[in-house]
Amino acid sequence: MISSVLSQHMTRSYTRRKLTYRAMYALLALASLIAIIPLLSIFGYVLTRSLPGLNLAFFTHLPQPIGETNGGMANSILGTLSLILIASMIGVPWGVGVGLFLSEYPPGKLSSVVRFSADLLTSVPSIIIGLFIYTLVVIPMRRFSLLAGGIALGIIMIPTVARSTEELLKRVPMHVREAGLALGLPRWKVILRIVLLGHSRAIATGIILAIARVSGETAPLLFTSFNNQFWQRGIDQPASSLPVQIYTYAISPYEDWHQQAWAGALILVLLVFFMNLVTRYILSPRGSRK
Amino acid sequence: MNPNSILEVKDLHAWFGSIEVVKGISMVALEHTVTAMIGPSGCGKSTFIRCLNRLHEESPGARATGQVLLENRDIYEKKVDPVSIRRRVGMVFQKPNPFPSMSIFDNVVAGLRLAGVRRSSTLKEIVEHSLQAAALWDEVKDKLHALGTSLSGGQQQRLCIARALAVEPKVLLMDEPTSALDPISTGKIEELLTELRKKVTVIIVTHNMQQAARISDQTAFFLSGELIEFGETSQVFTAPKKEQTERYITGRFG
Repeated sequence: MISSVLSQHMTRSYTRRKLTYRAMYALLALASLIAIIPLLSIFGYVLTRSLPGLNLAFFTHLPQPIGETNGGMANSILGTLSLILIASMIGVPWGVGVGLFLSEYPPGKLSSVVRFSADLLTSVPSIIIGLFIYTLVVIPMRRFSLLAGGIALGIIMIPTVARSTEELLKRVPMHVREAGLALGLPRWKVILRIVLLGHSRAIATGIILAIARVSGETAPLLFTSFNNQFWQRGIDQPASSLPVQIYTYAISPYEDWHQQAWAGALILVLLVFFMNLVTRYILSPRGSRK
Repeated sequence: MNPNSILEVKDLHAWFGSIEVVKGISMVALEHTVTAMIGPSGCGKSTFIRCLNRLHEESPGARATGQVLLENRDIYEKKVDPVSIRRRVGMVFQKPNPFPSMSIFDNVVAGLRLAGVRRSSTLKEIVEHSLQAAALWDEVKDKLHALGTSLSGGQQQRLCIARALAVEPKVLLMDEPTSALDPISTGKIEELLTELRKKVTVIIVTHNMQQAARISDQTAFFLSGELIEFGETSQVFTAPKKEQTERYITGRFG
């Protein structure tokens, strides 16, 4: 008697559960689809708007005065690459070092202060970092420079790289480190060669995200590297960069420049995309590459 | 003192913070023997063997006192570098822990390569030798460059044994090396132990009493951080001197 009532009830509740499951699944799938729409539409829009302006000259020529054709952004592309290089030389070792300090050494007062500061620094608007470097580097040098821009971007990278490195390394089980120590390896070698190198892909992903973020930064560059319409003459000279050049062209009244700004935007997007792919490929473990 | 003694522990105490988990242990392990450590969970046997390669002190708040004579030299002497001790006293852990993103080959030679051994002919030789000693060679010789983590659990554990053997330790500590493995893999590792003892002295923690009875020469029974009984395995299992030992091995404990 009871069992038949129970089984009836179970059948009914099972049908309902199945329906709820399907409805919720559909809802979540839809939400995920909607979430990637902005990405796809931005990319699609930039692509369609920029294609007419893309030609070889865009990659090889310097910007031209209004009215002259065949202008390009070669110097800005190079400038952005140089800025990223300088920023990474500062932000990556420094950030990874802070991340190591936070994850590999016993927690103490210093580490909580460092962690809190890193979180604060992440939320400081990038324009403030630019102002900071303006007073610290630009004013003493009496000149906008590639170096100043790179330093500003590098500082923006530090907390992001540090926190992502820390979070990743904290997920490495303790017994992996112990296995290294038990082989008679000094702690620093275990940390660098086993823990860090063993997770270089994941750490690199964090680094790439940080690089991707700074390569589109415009505000801190406005008063650090500024801009320049010619080839770079030195690390202590003002530097052109894609974001600043896009900004300059986009707010101009000229249709021709707008076209160039779109092309610049596409290159900036592709640049980040490409860096991501290359790094993933280089760092893929030997066994799984093939 | 016995001329064959390779490891002699005298009054070893170990703490986590203010909690004493190992309370004055003294015992001797002879060369080329297998010593089993049995006892209920939390009785301090893992901590005890972690003191034998000075790994215990790497945990935050952990410390140890007493003497551990490895080939007649106290490894707790002030001048002794713990790193040099761990080179001579290897360890295999409960969970198989091959190094991430390293191939089978790289895993085995990690200890040597990171210590500066570079000659590839030497490394190749050691890889074959160690994998054979760990009874894994035949299964992996054609895929030495596959990731260590791509192997099955039992194979990973034998890889970890090969990795520990590659640096040619005198003593091999094993902390419940088969508790995460199925019976077939467990059998392989037990078989392996009888071979291994020809090269190294083994000290193994186990929760499996049949295992202890099968593979060991001496057995130590731990309870609440104290060594209750220590003797020939056959004696401990057939004619234990202490009542607590008897109750534990007959399963009437707690």
